[in-house]
Amino acid sequence: MMLEVDKLRMGYSNGRIILHDLGFTLQPGQILTILGPNGVGKTSLLRCVNAMLRPWSGQVLLDNIKVAAMAKQKIARNFGYVSQRAEGAGMTAFDAVLLGRKPHLRWHSSRADLQKTDGALRRLGLAHLALRRTDELSGGELQKVCIARALVQEPRVLLLDEPTSSLDLKNQLEILQIIRRVADEQRVGVVITLHDLNLALRFMDRFLLVRQGRVFAAGSPEQLTTEMISAVYDVQVDIVRHKGRLLVVPDQPAS
Amino acid sequence: MAACPSIAWNSVDSMSSLDEERLWVAYGNYLAGKVIFLAGLSLLCAGLLIMAVSLGPVRLPVPEVLRTLVGSASDERLRIIIFNIRLPQALAALLAGAGLAAAGAAMQSILRNPLGSPFTLGLSQAGAFGAAFAVMVLGSGFMQPGQTTVLTIVKPWLTTASAFAGCMLISLVIIAIAGRRGATPEVMVLSGVALGALCSAGTMFLQYFADDVQLAAMLFWSFGDSGRAGWREVAIMAVMVAAALLFFACNRWNYNAMAAGDETARSLGVRVERVRLLGMITASAVTACIVSFLGIIGFVGLICPHVVRRLIGDDHRFVMPGAALVGAALLLAADTAARQLLAPHVLPVAILTAFLGAPAFLSILISRQR
Repeated sequence: MMLEVDKLRMGYSNGRIILHDLGFTLQPGQILTILGPNGVGKTSLLRCVNAMLRPWSGQVLLDNIKVAAMAKQKIARNFGYVSQRAEGAGMTAFDAVLLGRKPHLRWHSSRADLQKTDGALRRLGLAHLALRRTDELSGGELQKVCIARALVQEPRVLLLDEPTSSLDLKNQLEILQIIRRVADEQRVGVVITLHDLNLALRFMDRFLLVRQGRVFAAGSPEQLTTEMISAVYDVQVDIVRHKGRLLVVPDQPAS
Repeated sequence: MAACPSIAWNSVDSMSSLDEERLWVAYGNYLAGKVIFLAGLSLLCAGLLIMAVSLGPVRLPVPEVLRTLVGSASDERLRIIIFNIRLPQALAALLAGAGLAAAGAAMQSILRNPLGSPFTLGLSQAGAFGAAFAVMVLGSGFMQPGQTTVLTIVKPWLTTASAFAGCMLISLVIIAIAGRRGATPEVMVLSGVALGALCSAGTMFLQYFADDVQLAAMLFWSFGDSGRAGWREVAIMAVMVAAALLFFACNRWNYNAMAAGDETARSLGVRVERVRLLGMITASAVTACIVSFLGIIGFVGLICPHVVRRLIGDDHRFVMPGAALVGAALLLAADTAARQLLAPHVLPVAILTAFLGAPAFLSILISRQR
């Protein structure tokens, strides 16, 4: 057992609860997709996992060690996080990706740090933008920079909050293929939130369907049913098999 | 599921094979350029320091100055001019410029606000009020028409502590405002203006009850002037500025991470709130120290970081030392010019920096509008 999220409960100070005793487990090399409509607490869930938010109750264990009790730097060595909104700054893309080495740095960035950054930039096809300022990049390029940063962090768990939201079709596929490879080859566990159910079905090992802060259903892609999707998203859908792949075809909003 | 079509991967791979140049080597060269820039600035500061010591009512030849500085000259008169008058003043200008510019760079990064500086956020005025309060109420200093200095502070630590308290109070208010949701740069700068006005009002209140000598003292005091620093003040400032620069250097990766957004910084293990608070305390402390010894010197802390960011980018590994060096060079040059412009009258350097800084401030505002 690698990552164990147990009965997380969290809410706002006004008493509104976002997460109701939510939990899941994640094995090394596995991709878990959190599915659910806007505002069900997917982002809050991710932020509770790496202790950026403190849940009211429940706990997160990494190899049976409480994450909340770890030093911030140790958490950052174990968890990479890519937020929904990428922010550009006056630094170059190389600098921005090099930041991912920060949890491992002492005083100076070593040659190995620079080489890892180099590798990640290439891997995401950003080599030609390496010395460009990040506030001059497009939304999609910036999102790839953020993913590259999380990769050079060399975490054991990647937490990705809609990493493909501002990418075009080709880049969406590329990014998810890279993430799939990282999971397979480096045995990194991935928790990812996605709105595109077809992308999710294609790349995930397991899903967690969230409704109103509670786990509505969980399982492997084959276990996802039209009833589950209709109940959670309020949309009638068909699930069809095309060239061996499962596809979700939206029909119409449920009345 | 791992069976992915190869089209996309090919495109990524072909791009890396096309681009054979090693990125990390190119990046290393890019960093080397910045190091050379900093080295050039250091040389400029050294040159300006020698020029500042050699220029004055009595012009001293540079070789003589150098010989005196290394201690191999025999002319006692020269030694007195250099070591008792010009060198402390030049070093005070150098340190004050470095400290104010570094504090400004830190504030701009911490508050994520390009208009942050000790002057625009009201910190200078608060420090001045604190120092005036110490001079007037706590009796930490008195006016003394002397050969070289106008004001002698008999209890420098009390004055510094009082100015520090003033700065801290204002910076805590600003942190509180910055922490609120939706606080735009404009709101923060305007609140800084308001707080600065409040402090000026407090200073005026003290001035109202001052006698002639005290009033003159306070008025002169508010003109930032590097000429009033002696070796003791220079030593204290040197320690404070060095400590602040060291602190900012230790936090350079934190500031870089925070430039990429608070969320990203948190996910990289940065304790954002703590870094913010400690950074503001450090910037306030070094500002308080400089203000309490030299008076208000505006705009250096605002302009220098912008100059550096424009020249070498936003990387805090280089912005902090770069801003300090540009600040040191600017204030040293301005101080030397202020002593020369209306010779034999000696202008306080703050008047000159205000003349230089106000147009620069406006140009930043206008360029941001575009």
